[in-house]
Amino acid sequence: MNFETTIGLEVHVELKTNSKIFSPSPVEFGDEPNSNTNVIDWGYPGVLPTTNKGVVHDGIMAGLALHAQIERHPHFDRKNYFYPDNPKAYQITQSETPIAHDGWVEIEIDGKKKKIGIAEMHIEEDAGKNSHASEYSYVDLNRQGTPLIEIVSKPDISSPAEAYAYLEQLRQVIQFTGISDVKMEEGSMRVDVNISVRPVGQKELGTKTELKNLNSFNYVKKGLEFEEARHQRVLMSGGKIAQETRRFDEANGQTILMRTKEGSDDYRYFPEPDLPVLNISQDWIDSIEKELPEPPAKRRQRYVNELGITDYDAMVITQTKEMSDFFDKMIADGADAKLAANYLQGDVNAYMNDNQVELQDTKITPEHLATMIKLITDGTISSKMAKKVFKAITNGEEPKKFVEDKGMVQLSDPAKLQPIVDEVVAANPQSVEDFHNGKDRAIGFLVGQIMKQTHGKANPQVINKMLKESMSK
Amino acid sequence: MTEKISEDQVKHVAELAKLKIADDQLPYFTTQLDQIIGLFETLSEVDTDGIEPTSSVTDQINVMREDIADNWNQRQALLDNAPDTADGYIRVPTIIDESGDNE
Repeated sequence: MNFETTIGLEVHVELKTNSKIFSPSPVEFGDEPNSNTNVIDWGYPGVLPTTNKGVVHDGIMAGLALHAQIERHPHFDRKNYFYPDNPKAYQITQSETPIAHDGWVEIEIDGKKKKIGIAEMHIEEDAGKNSHASEYSYVDLNRQGTPLIEIVSKPDISSPAEAYAYLEQLRQVIQFTGISDVKMEEGSMRVDVNISVRPVGQKELGTKTELKNLNSFNYVKKGLEFEEARHQRVLMSGGKIAQETRRFDEANGQTILMRTKEGSDDYRYFPEPDLPVLNISQDWIDSIEKELPEPPAKRRQRYVNELGITDYDAMVITQTKEMSDFFDKMIADGADAKLAANYLQGDVNAYMNDNQVELQDTKITPEHLATMIKLITDGTISSKMAKKVFKAITNGEEPKKFVEDKGMVQLSDPAKLQPIVDEVVAANPQSVEDFHNGKDRAIGFLVGQIMKQTHGKANPQVINKMLKESMSK
Repeated sequence: MTEKISEDQVKHVAELAKLKIADDQLPYFTTQLDQIIGLFETLSEVDTDGIEPTSSVTDQINVMREDIADNWNQRQALLDNAPDTADGYIRVPTIIDESGDNE
């Protein structure tokens, strides 16, 4: 029996606004519990929420970045449920009129492009955070009211690999708008997935299961792969999939039953009476569209077509907006594109990993790195010398000054090099003979000798050429 | 009785509201709720043909606040009012995750 898989994803993205969605409390992480809360966040009687304009702005921006239709007359709705991290006993969200609908992102797998539809995206408030001990649970409401965007995919995703690619694209597109850090490890991006499997040809979708506790894109993929295989196994043996919620166990790579779902949730949504409706003007939408930074896909095209770097390089550089902006500035400063790409992926990435810092938190500037690359391309320094210069750059030093101060300038002047070349050739007749006998390694030995004499300052390309000329006479 | 609401529905609503209703109380509450719904049905006498649904009863539109953070420093007062606290947290009986679906 052949099967086909249908996957749906619900992605929550935490916005990095200054204040909460319905109260002016600051949005900050890692502060003392409950220190960023006020009477509104706690749901005290008589308080009224006020919509944060920044959140609506960011919602529209995300909608535009995802090629979605913006809802011109959105309102908020109440979703009712009891839980200790939800002090009002309802969440203010959007149900009837999500801020945007019918968008898409484009994924690419093995060179094949596919558009994944986005059914809708809405803005809503986050809940507080519970922590559990044996006898009690503890509630911190700092996160209560943090703005979220929930992005719901259309059932277009048909494999765990596509789900992974979708998440990667979605993360990038949102990251480039600058409205969120979209980091799963920090909880600013959270993913719930559902999956169903049906025999090929069957019209109605199979019974779906939901997966929770997915802490990385990789676990999303692994969890879905496990579920896909499990569904197929059950269906093959004539069994039935139960509608249930499962959790991914990272330790053994399996999914484990959390609870069985009976009937649908009953949240009794109704329009939020405490908040006036919104009327989003075309002018506002247009002005937000103008603010939108160039999206990652367009940048990749530009890098490959105009700057001539590889698809792979372009992909790595567009992982974050910071990296891509950094690259653009280096190019504007006259750095060679290929070398700039190499340094970003190599030394810069290694430095970021070793020190666990983000690019924008280092002392490396695009101006400095571009200057260093220009020193390499004009032959002033060798790429070997550049290692030391790069280290200086990470300490915020200006590369040109550093190179001059350290006397690191590469010897490229043939007039100065000729006597040394002559001397080394004269002193090593055996190597010269080996060279004439076609032993290429002999030239390497001679280059080494010259390097020794010049304390590594000779330009290897120049002396290579000079040696060949000298010996071919 | 003109069944506008069934005992099962009353039970369901009670569960949603986290209210415990004894089985012998069910007919009592069902009758009461049935009457209340009957009162509300008066509203359906109004002709609403061609009228857009209303989601807000104020005539305010686009009342929004600029995204400026302002900490009102109410932490201690709020914690003082909480039934039980520990280390700056609100302390509650151990939560058993019933829904886990709270977003």
